[in-house]
Amino acid sequence: MSLHVRFDGISKDFGSVRVLHGVRFDLEPGRVYGLIGENGAGKSTLMKILAGYETASEGTMLIDGKAQHFADSRAAEAAGIVLIHQEFNLAEDLTVAENIFLGRELRRGPFVDDAAMNAAARGVLEEVGLNIDPATKARDLIVAEKQMVEIAKALSRHARLLIMDEPTATLTPTEAQRLFALIERLRESGVTIVYISHKLDEVKRVTSEILVMRDGCFTTREPTDSVTRQQMATLMVGRELSDMFPPKQPAPDAPPLLKVQALNVPGWARDVSFEVRPGEILGFAGLVGAGRTELFEGLLGLRKRAGGTVEIGGAKVEFHNPRDAARQGLTYLSEDRKGKGLHVTLSLQENLTLMDLDRHARPWLDHGSERAALDQAIADFGIRTGDATVNAAQLSGGNQQKLAIAKVLQPQPRVVVLDEPTRGVDVGAKRDIYFLIHKLAEQGRGVVVISSELIELIGLCHRVVVMRGGKVQAVLGTDQLTEETLIAYATGTH
Amino acid sequence: MPPEPTETAALAATAPRATQGAGAPRSAAWKQRLQGLGPVLGLVLLCLAGMALNSNFATWDNAMNVLTRTAFIGIISVGMCFVIIGGGIDLSVGSMAALIAGSVILAMNALHNTIASPVLVVLIGALFALALGAVFGLAHGLLITKGRIEPFIVTLGTLGIYRAYLTYLSNGGAITLGDEVSDVYSPVYYGALLGVPIPIWVFAGVALMGGLLLNRTRYGRYVRAIGSNEQVARYAAVAVDRVKILTYVFLGVCVGVATLLYIPRLGSASPSTGLLWELEAIAAVIVGGTALKGGDGRIVGTVVGAILLSVISNILNLTSIISVYLNAAVQGVVIIIVAFLQRSRR
Repeated sequence: MSLHVRFDGISKDFGSVRVLHGVRFDLEPGRVYGLIGENGAGKSTLMKILAGYETASEGTMLIDGKAQHFADSRAAEAAGIVLIHQEFNLAEDLTVAENIFLGRELRRGPFVDDAAMNAAARGVLEEVGLNIDPATKARDLIVAEKQMVEIAKALSRHARLLIMDEPTATLTPTEAQRLFALIERLRESGVTIVYISHKLDEVKRVTSEILVMRDGCFTTREPTDSVTRQQMATLMVGRELSDMFPPKQPAPDAPPLLKVQALNVPGWARDVSFEVRPGEILGFAGLVGAGRTELFEGLLGLRKRAGGTVEIGGAKVEFHNPRDAARQGLTYLSEDRKGKGLHVTLSLQENLTLMDLDRHARPWLDHGSERAALDQAIADFGIRTGDATVNAAQLSGGNQQKLAIAKVLQPQPRVVVLDEPTRGVDVGAKRDIYFLIHKLAEQGRGVVVISSELIELIGLCHRVVVMRGGKVQAVLGTDQLTEETLIAYATGTH
Repeated sequence: MPPEPTETAALAATAPRATQGAGAPRSAAWKQRLQGLGPVLGLVLLCLAGMALNSNFATWDNAMNVLTRTAFIGIISVGMCFVIIGGGIDLSVGSMAALIAGSVILAMNALHNTIASPVLVVLIGALFALALGAVFGLAHGLLITKGRIEPFIVTLGTLGIYRAYLTYLSNGGAITLGDEVSDVYSPVYYGALLGVPIPIWVFAGVALMGGLLLNRTRYGRYVRAIGSNEQVARYAAVAVDRVKILTYVFLGVCVGVATLLYIPRLGSASPSTGLLWELEAIAAVIVGGTALKGGDGRIVGTVVGAILLSVISNILNLTSIISVYLNAAVQGVVIIIVAFLQRSRR
């Protein structure tokens, strides 16, 4: 039942651009591999070839010694290879059992046999440790459950090799623990797992071997135990990352720029007060569901707000929508880059200037001045693109994020709120973004950073507000910032 | 405009990582260009066919005739283009045109009893038509944004309401414009300026305005941003509801303008006035290369699309290869072919 994979000189061209260069390595059965590399290193493309979503331009893939070319993902599935996408592929209005058996429904005569499918589904759900009724609609599951259902679906199709792409991106730490335990059980039963993640601590924890890709080439294979996280980061970037964070400047002493008092966002945040001074970077820590994003959405008027006052530069303000906020000098970058942050189908220029079109309208839009703003942003924010006329979708994740940050800074806000500014971004781009944030503070802006990466908050912020269940648990100063303290307040175990 | 394809390829080659996964930049740029030219190419081919089939096709008179007939649908299509790019749809435009036509004729006839000058009567009537269109559009926009009802449902409902109301006003028959007013009014359809009929001038004016509005103003950019992804636009401080409402108001005004050109043609309105205009207008927008799901669209394409559809019926009228009764069928085939050619576009 075990499955051996050999990539033998796999290359892939997209038009005239070669994104994979003769990749050559083996995957042994029953092991957990951490596949790491910067965005655009070719990890996803290689895994899509393995799972039948793309075909190689050159080279062969040997499955158990036999050359295989999967025409589509169903062919790969038949061979026991399943890719679990970052965005789940569940039909929301179907039940869990219907999803698991989608495309190969059990039948009795001409009719689908719901009872048999529910019973069989219950079996595989137990296998992944998920205790839910198989007749529940996918819509009613939380994210972590959906992911477990995806895995159950793969197992029910006798998957021998599971590819997981950023599986913990949307999980709480507890849920992530359950996933790790499941990975361990799967490995013991002989399933090979390829684990793609930017979170190196997880890679360190769950994998037995790491595979590093860089610029479309396979570069390094090491037992996980023999490398530190720092070394992994260095291997990915291909250069020494001596210092991820710019040196901290002392927290400035000035009257607050943004002052929020007793803000309530029904269902999400209660009595939240905080202030940001000019030149200060204020962090927001907390678990998923702690209400950090929702608090700021409430502040911006995107959610219902009940009571509380907001002052900017000492003057009382009230925002009914992000437009009001932008006019009063506060802009917000959403954590959901593709859903709320960028128009991926529009050009870089149109994305960049959307919040600041007034400046380019005289009264007809001046495409020349927009183009100049884009050139300026490309230089200032280090956006790497060969061709400035492409759509935002064609940038890599890190460059998309830089564009999104440049966009919310176009109206020259006095306070900028960055929600998960480095999510899904490679190490090199992360460092660029940290230096950018640092520069924003140096310019005298108030900067709020919401982040789930503790290292980031500790390395970047002057003070960190820790939220739990919609309430502020603590406000920690620079000298109190340690991973242990942050976790303790975030989980309520302090 | 995309840059020269060769330049794109050269730049991409020096920075392969930035364009990874983007497909071939060279063929992408070409493809985009070809798709923009698609409707124009179709129109040219159709005209060549028309010229080969009938010697009367390529005459000035025939061209003016086709364009004049295109004007009503064309003007509505320009407004429809905005609604569709903004992610909406309006099924009611045909009924709305009928109700506006009926109401305006009734108003003009009534005004003529109190106001002596027929010119003034027509002017007031014209303002009334534009105002009615704007009010209907505003109602759609408010129901869709503030009422949070699907545009399809809202305008399906008003489609029935408008036409039923006209039928009620006309008692199932026709509402006819009085002779004296009609005499003053008829040059709006039958008159010409520099040899070009008035409706064509108006059509050109509306199209030009629409093109400028879409491509060169903040408003146009916001419409595209909303159609492309409404959430992103909202988070980017765009006044989403206001922009969306205005697309329906603009369309309503366009329907008002088209109706004003249409009334003097027959001098009356009946329950069959403007029947299926909504389909023709939506078809013109789609044939012109605008995505039905919103976000991406062209005014020039829409204008070409509207002309293309009426050239088809013109050719059928001039030749006897295919029966005129099959006009709608031929248009339907063309629409499906165009959609087929555009299906790969993301």
